[in-house]
Amino acid sequence: MARVVLVGNLAQLTGGVAEFQLSATSVKQLFQQLAELHPGIEPHLEEGVAVAIDGQIYQDALFQPIGPDSEVFLLPQIAGG
Amino acid sequence: MAENGTNGTNGQGYVGTRTIRPDGVDKVTGRARFGADFNLPGQLIGRVLRSPHPHARIVKIDTSKAEALAGVKAVITRDDFADQSSEFIPAGEMMMNYRDVVRNVMAREKALYEGHAVAAVAATSAAVARKALKLIDVTYEVLPHVIDVVEAMKPGAPVLHDDLFTVGVEPKPDKPSNVAKRIEITLGDVEAGFKKADVIIEREFKTAPVHQGYIEPHAALASASEDGSAELWCCTQGHFIVRAHCARLLGMDIGKIRVTASEIGGGFGGKTVVYLEPLAIALSRKAKRPVKMVMSREEVFKASGPTSGAVVKVKMGATNDGKFVAGWAELKYQAGAFQGSPVQPGVFCAYAPYDIENVKVIGYDVVSNRPKVAAYRAPGAPISEFAVESVVDEIAKKLGLDPIELRMMNAAREGTKAAYGPKFGPIGLEETLNSIKKTEHWNTPLRKWQGRGVASGFWFNIGGETCASLTVNEDGTVSLMAGTPDIGGLRAALTNVAADELGIPYDKVRPIIGDTGSLGFTFLTGGSRSAFSGSMAIVEAAKQIKAELCTRACKLWDAKPDQVEFKDGAVRPLGALAEKVKPMSIADFAKMAGKTGGPIGGYGRINAQGAGPSLGTHLVDLEVDPETGRVTILRYTAAQDAGKALHPAYVEGQFQGGAVQGIGWALNEEYIYGSDGKLQNAGFLDYRMPVASDLPMIDAILVEVANPKHPYGVRGVGETPIIPPLAAIANAMEQATGIRFTELPMSPPRVLKALKEREAAAKV
Repeated sequence: MARVVLVGNLAQLTGGVAEFQLSATSVKQLFQQLAELHPGIEPHLEEGVAVAIDGQIYQDALFQPIGPDSEVFLLPQIAGG
Repeated sequence: MAENGTNGTNGQGYVGTRTIRPDGVDKVTGRARFGADFNLPGQLIGRVLRSPHPHARIVKIDTSKAEALAGVKAVITRDDFADQSSEFIPAGEMMMNYRDVVRNVMAREKALYEGHAVAAVAATSAAVARKALKLIDVTYEVLPHVIDVVEAMKPGAPVLHDDLFTVGVEPKPDKPSNVAKRIEITLGDVEAGFKKADVIIEREFKTAPVHQGYIEPHAALASASEDGSAELWCCTQGHFIVRAHCARLLGMDIGKIRVTASEIGGGFGGKTVVYLEPLAIALSRKAKRPVKMVMSREEVFKASGPTSGAVVKVKMGATNDGKFVAGWAELKYQAGAFQGSPVQPGVFCAYAPYDIENVKVIGYDVVSNRPKVAAYRAPGAPISEFAVESVVDEIAKKLGLDPIELRMMNAAREGTKAAYGPKFGPIGLEETLNSIKKTEHWNTPLRKWQGRGVASGFWFNIGGETCASLTVNEDGTVSLMAGTPDIGGLRAALTNVAADELGIPYDKVRPIIGDTGSLGFTFLTGGSRSAFSGSMAIVEAAKQIKAELCTRACKLWDAKPDQVEFKDGAVRPLGALAEKVKPMSIADFAKMAGKTGGPIGGYGRINAQGAGPSLGTHLVDLEVDPETGRVTILRYTAAQDAGKALHPAYVEGQFQGGAVQGIGWALNEEYIYGSDGKLQNAGFLDYRMPVASDLPMIDAILVEVANPKHPYGVRGVGETPIIPPLAAIANAMEQATGIRFTELPMSPPRVLKALKEREAAAKV
């Protein structure tokens, strides 16, 4: 099971729950499982979040694999100037 | 079949060298075409009517007299733009709402800042257009305004948006306010951390809003056709983004708009959004003639950019031996007239350079009657890191520690857990600190009224959707096309990579920036992504070419794939086959392309992932004139981790340019408003940016800690160098004067005032 942590305000969309143990093997599955557990977070996942898997940040990467022991952080999307 | 190329193994070795810039000759001869250089037969001149009020309800707009004026071909107002639903989109630094975008390009219910567009005209000459603007009769109901971020947060402040309720607080507010959002990140237990501290420093800082200061004003030329399509030429950091915004705001299909990015005279984040572009298309559509629009410098200051001004509180705790044990901060960032300040990255970056177990950072996104902020080089990070790096310096002094050693002791490194969550991969902060400490600069003696300061900085960097193509021409030369405007040397960097990948001479590759009809969607030049992502796309395109040539060689030689390899610019036979046939170069294949399958090319279409953060450390010497308060930068050294510099001269240029912009931010630049809510210094004579004669040569030190996720090890470099200068200069000022300056800019009047106050206090 991957350890999934919501950073910043995202936990406000899950009733304050900031940490999950999920069986997702990809970002797509991760989003689906989170949306099933907490439908309120779904629009924010669709608008775009950054996903850090084992320290590496991915953006807009639905098919990125997640390992069974991965540490995953969901962050607001990152851009720049 | 075997291929090689990545990592320069073709032997040409252009990557990492200072090749001649492909755009250089046209830039120095004046042939290069910037935004305002494009013209079309029969074009009209467009001008914008702007609000003279910082906050006013627009009761009525009467354009009849303007429309009746001879030479006026079109007038547009809010009525020419359909309202947009609330939908957030990525916009340079954070999400932006289309409902706000349509109101920013053309005011609807209210004018929200001085300079807000209220109407626009297209006429046969600039003179007629200006005259027409005077004939537009706007009835305003002037409203109370608020400029300052702290004032805007107070109960009872004039509220800009009746539908803006603070997000991120519980319980949800039942009244609108100017605070759009509260955000918070927490790591560990910050209160417990402070209990372990032997030293605690708490300070409040204030920074002024500063403009990106690009030399080239916004410019756009639009030609809309009766068939519903349109062409647009403009200076932008992202022509695909311009196309998407214009299509959305004007109700057009994306495929019916073709946007060509001009050469760009600086953007720095400020050209990631639209201002004139949708207006030019709307006017052209109405007038049925091309329309050209160019902002004046005053318009640039009043109606575009800048970045946030802010109030930042920082509290840090350390043990007597120098270990940081707790960091807390509260950031209040101006967003301008619409929500969307860069406070989120400011929150994330504040403590990112350090390994601290206990961190809590709170941020507020606050609207006020100023132009909507736009991205500016590492948006949000210079502000929060200025505050933290100033306090780090104070801790060093209080503990009697060398400021570089203190940073080294606490530096984030591979495996460090960032305050915003994930652990870092390989990063190079320690290497930049070490390289600064080894400089002769660090050990040079100083005189009275001189000071030396050091500070570090962190920025994430991003990848994103990117297209690039390589086309082999009939003579074996190669055309390279990228989809991101070249702001900081992209063409040279990508050409180095393409020449190495294909094993051909640098001058046989000609790079251009393709328009939106020539390549697939490519995200803008921003987030320090274009060389990182573009080079990955070029590697992919070259890989396709090499594979195709090997396939064709097999067919020509009746060989199997394992009997050929691509090496040093040619497909080469292996083993016994080498006795029978000779290697074929790219030029050989090009000559017979038609007979062997048609044109040869590769097309990299990727969503680049794996951007590695870049950290840097800057060192500055300065001298204060106690009679005038003027600060002179004597010497400056910037060290930064580039991962791998594809073109070192351009990377050094990024370090130098960022340092100079940071120097301006620290010492002189600020938006000055009168009590009437109007900007008083909307021009370069009164908005003081550093020029070459103000500065010494900026020494650049390239640190290369390879990014393992990039084929050449590249990290983005464009944004980090604007972060350290603010605190490095404040720290040097403290050494030179004994005064800790907590408010930017440290301009002559402010410095002189501080010196006099100290003198007066000493006499008491």
